[in-house]
Order: sequence, then structure tokens, then C-alpha cells
Amino acid sequence: MSGFDKVVDSYEAALEGIADEMTIIVGGFGLCGIPQNLIEEVARRGTKRLTAVSNNCGVDGWGLGVLLNNKQISKAISSYVGENKEFERQYLEGELELSLTPQGTLAEKMRAGGAGIPAFYTATGYGTIVAEGKDIREFNGKKYILEESITGDFALVHAKVADRYGNCIYNATAQNFNPAAATAGRITVVEAEEIVEPGTLDPAQIHTPGIYVQRVIQATAEKRIEFRTITET
Amino acid sequence: MSLTREQMAERVARELKDGYYVNLGIGIPTLVANYIPDDIEVMLQSENGLLGMGPFPTEENVDPDMINAGKQTVTAATGASIFSSVESFAMIRGGHVDFTVLGAFEVDTQGNIASWMIPGKLVKGMGGAMDLVAGAENIIVTMMHADKLGNSKLLSDCSLPLTGAGCISKVLTDLAYLEIVDGSFILRETAPGVSIKEIEQKTAGKLIVPDDVIEMRFS
Repeated sequence: MSGFDKVVDSYEAALEGIADEMTIIVGGFGLCGIPQNLIEEVARRGTKRLTAVSNNCGVDGWGLGVLLNNKQISKAISSYVGENKEFERQYLEGELELSLTPQGTLAEKMRAGGAGIPAFYTATGYGTIVAEGKDIREFNGKKYILEESITGDFALVHAKVADRYGNCIYNATAQNFNPAAATAGRITVVEAEEIVEPGTLDPAQIHTPGIYVQRVIQATAEKRIEFRTITET
Repeated sequence: MSLTREQMAERVARELKDGYYVNLGIGIPTLVANYIPDDIEVMLQSENGLLGMGPFPTEENVDPDMINAGKQTVTAATGASIFSSVESFAMIRGGHVDFTVLGAFEVDTQGNIASWMIPGKLVKGMGGAMDLVAGAENIIVTMMHADKLGNSKLLSDCSLPLTGAGCISKVLTDLAYLEIVDGSFILRETAPGVSIKEIEQKTAGKLIVPDDVIEMRFS
């Protein structure tokens, strides 16, 4: 067996080492491209007081909504948390801390975190409550705020195809936050709809190189649609 | 008569130019896609990572992996590209999107915009709106000119938490098209049949009415 073989054969092994109070970075946009199987394993383990970094926080009973229902998340770092009644309830009753972060800033926090850059300046949020308490600097006559990067103890990622070495390809808009999340985890776990042998994927078409990935597991969960919109023919 | 939502979308669409990359927000901005003139090509950017958004799919082509920023199932148009959220906001923040249309609760004479949060009401989040207003050079805001009681939403200072500061210069309301220049709203066009007097009454921020105000026309 190759030292590069990242495939594990159980979800228990996929999330070995996850513990209370850890930060998990979770890929996906809405319900698209979310690592549902890995989220369900976190639910099964009952890991508590997690900080969840994800663009959204699922819907009631699906995606990160599963962990909300179990009260496993104590802090959410997200850009948009609509479509989730349990989130609203916990937030309004003070059970859940929420750090609303502009979507592009959130993506860049993950990218920079994974790339070894601890902070960056962005114009996004200047002059708004997002800028409160943050360093402001002017470059070329425009004002920017200093945003700190994010890394996670674990990153949970969903891919269309992964090879045994952890090279990943995402499908369509299920890519979204997944490649940035993959770079920002101390332990990055990929659930893939299909796992193939090394050499199968075209090296030039790989979205996430295997160096970022520690574990790969077969995904089996269904993929849900939030708003099914149809063109009548 | 004030403009309907469809007329607002139709008026905004007249600002589109051949070869524009365009980001449309939720609500009235989304309707702009229905009024793209036949003789030009534009590409719609959806901030979840799609440049070249096509129409909704047919029943048999629905793909849970293929959605827009409103989480609706969509298709990719001819010549589309798909990428990560990081790449998507590099386009937006980096000023590569030619034209952005978004809704708002309030704007003011400093070019400030408030569109994401009403204190006391549940906060759902800013999504990508703060990135869009910070990065785009060419933005049109579509909004109601006043609330149902006649209270202006075009102010000298926004009362609600801001989405961005000093970033708005074009506003289309249900009553008028205005520009924001040097701390004033400049009235450029009125909705058909809407009097300048009504617009003056419903604009709380400083309003300049030039001699050459045009009445919008719709076929």
C-alpha cells in the first residue's frame, strides 16, 4: 500500500481525532456540494461545542442543520443563515454565537488560511459594522479593512471524484467553497461520489491536489435541492 | 403611475451593453434577465461560482449540483465557466464584473447603501452583497422610492446598518431614475405620469432637478 493512499474504509476512521471545541470548515453553498455523510458522522459521534465555518448552516434537518438540531455547534461563521428555523431559535435564545462574514471575505479567509497568509486587507465591509474593531488602511486612495484568515482542525469536503492519493475534481457549481475549505484544514477529509485509482484522472484537470487531503471516503448520501426551478417545455 | 417591477427591470436592462459581464441580485434585479435586448450578448455572473448562467433546466435536466446564488436550479449558457467561491469573489472584488444590479432598503446622498439588516428583525446575513458593492464600479440600485406611508428611502444619511459606504451613484426607483453626485440626488428621469413635485416630496435627501429631466417611455 502506498504512503499516499488516503482512502479509509469507515466514517469512524474518516473523522478519527475530532473532538469537542474544535473548528470545522465545511464546504458547500446552500445544500449544493455539502459533505452530508461526514456531517452525519459528526452527529453520530455527538462532538460538542464546535465552531462551524461554512457559507450557510444547512436547513432544518439537513446539512449542518443536523448538527444544529443536536446542539453540537456553539459558534457559526457564515455569510447567510436564512432557511433555518432551528438556527433562528438557538440564535435568538443566545445558545449560538454567530459571526456574520461577507461571502467573499469568508472564501478569502479560507484561501489565505490554507496558503499561510494570516490576514489580508479588503475593501469589503469598510464603513459597515463588519469593520468595527478592525485595522483600516488606505491604499491608492481607497480604504481597506484588515481581515484575519481562518484555519480549521478539520475540513470536511465533498467531491465528485477523488483518486486514492486525494486528488479531487468537483462537479459543476458543487465546487463553490470546497477547494478553499480543503486547503484550510489541519486534517482535510474528502467524501467522494466516486473513488478511482491514481493515474485515472487527467493531472491538468484536478481542482484540489492531494497534498491538501489527509483522508478520502466513499460518499453515499442523496443530494437534495433547495429550490427546484424548472423551464416548462 | 409608478413603475411596475417589470418596468423597473426593463429600464435597468437599457443600461446593458454588448459584451458585459453582469451580476444580478435577488428580486427585481433578477427580472432584468428577461429584458436583455436581442441584439446584444451579456453573461450573467452568479456568485456561487458560475459565469454564464442559463435558464432554468427542463424537468429531465435538473441537477442538484447546478444552482445559482439564489439556490435555484439553473443551467450553464453557451460559453459558461464554473469555478470556486474564491475565484468568483476575485472577479467581483477585483472589479472585473462590468455591471451590477442590486436591491436596497435605503440609499443616501453620500452614496451609502443599506440593504441587508433591519435592527429588531431577524438577521439572515449579508451573503455576497458587501463584496459586490465594494468591488463594482458600475452599480444600479433598484428600490422603492418611499414606504407605504410615503416616508422617503432616499435620505441624507441612511438610518439602517450599511452594506457599503460611498459606493452607489445610480438609483432606479419606482418613481424615478437618479444619479448621486457630490452629495446630492440628481433627478434624470421620471416614471411616466409621475410629477416632479411628487418626487420632491418623497426624496428626503438633497435633490437637484435639472432643466432636462426626461419622462421614461415604455412600449
